[in-house]
Amino acid sequence: MRLDRELPCIEVVELVTAYLEDALSVADRQRVEEHFVFCDGCTTYLEQIRQTIVLTGRMEPEDIPPALQEKLLAAFHDWTPA
Amino acid sequence: MEAAPSAEERRLVDALRAGDESAFTQLVQEYGPSMLRVARMFVSSRAVAEEVVQEAWVGVLNGIDRFEGRSSLKTWIFRILTNTAKTRAIREGRSIPFSALAGEGEEPGGVDADRFLGDDSRFPGHWAAPPQRWEALPERRLLAAETLDVIEREIAKLPPNQAIVVTMRDVEGFDAEDVRNALDISETNQRVLLHRARTKLRRALEEYMQ
Repeated sequence: MRLDRELPCIEVVELVTAYLEDALSVADRQRVEEHFVFCDGCTTYLEQIRQTIVLTGRMEPEDIPPALQEKLLAAFHDWTPA
Repeated sequence: MEAAPSAEERRLVDALRAGDESAFTQLVQEYGPSMLRVARMFVSSRAVAEEVVQEAWVGVLNGIDRFEGRSSLKTWIFRILTNTAKTRAIREGRSIPFSALAGEGEEPGGVDADRFLGDDSRFPGHWAAPPQRWEALPERRLLAAETLDVIEREIAKLPPNQAIVVTMRDVEGFDAEDVRNALDISETNQRVLLHRARTKLRRALEEYMQ
């Protein structure tokens, strides 16, 4: 990916995932970082994406229902190790 | 590089190969709930998702001798799960497009265009309505169980391909390569789907915080 103009915020918000995934070229990464230095709005946006990731990671799955657990155990008993 | 199995995983694999029921139960407790959640996004109902999970575990048992330890055990188990779920989804007539950039062009950008200055302004494309820092809110707002409900509801509204990628990456904590391998998608597709999902989750949280 090569970006050649000064980056407007509307483009920066579309690059945050590539930035966080370290998928930008060295030059583009630098330009995005330079933008963050002077842009409070985009810095806040990036921080909120990070907070979103942290919060999403806090979701707990439900337990396996007992009936399924029994079926899984039955499948295990049917199975004979090689 | 994918992570190799941990010492504990190696122990569980050996125990499972020897037919140790407690090793099986431990693995089911550890991964079963997450498997069910991911399976649910591929298929039409909770009941079918449970069948997928069951079928995947039979696949794990039958394949455990072929587990070579080139990835973590968790990654290997989820690869079996996603393959089982994909096959089942196709049989149900639900094909989930991962290979093409599905929906490209149909969806507007993640952040509403009217939050940015127009071309007639001095700084086109810069924030007109920048996001407000969430730190300014009372902390309990961010920590409330309600906040997690907002995320859960928003994930349920996502197209399945985005929901699956964000669940595997951000809920289950798989790395990008694990997800690419499990779903057999390109690096770019993985990133685009993740980006769209995260953008919508942030927006839902922003609406809730205000």
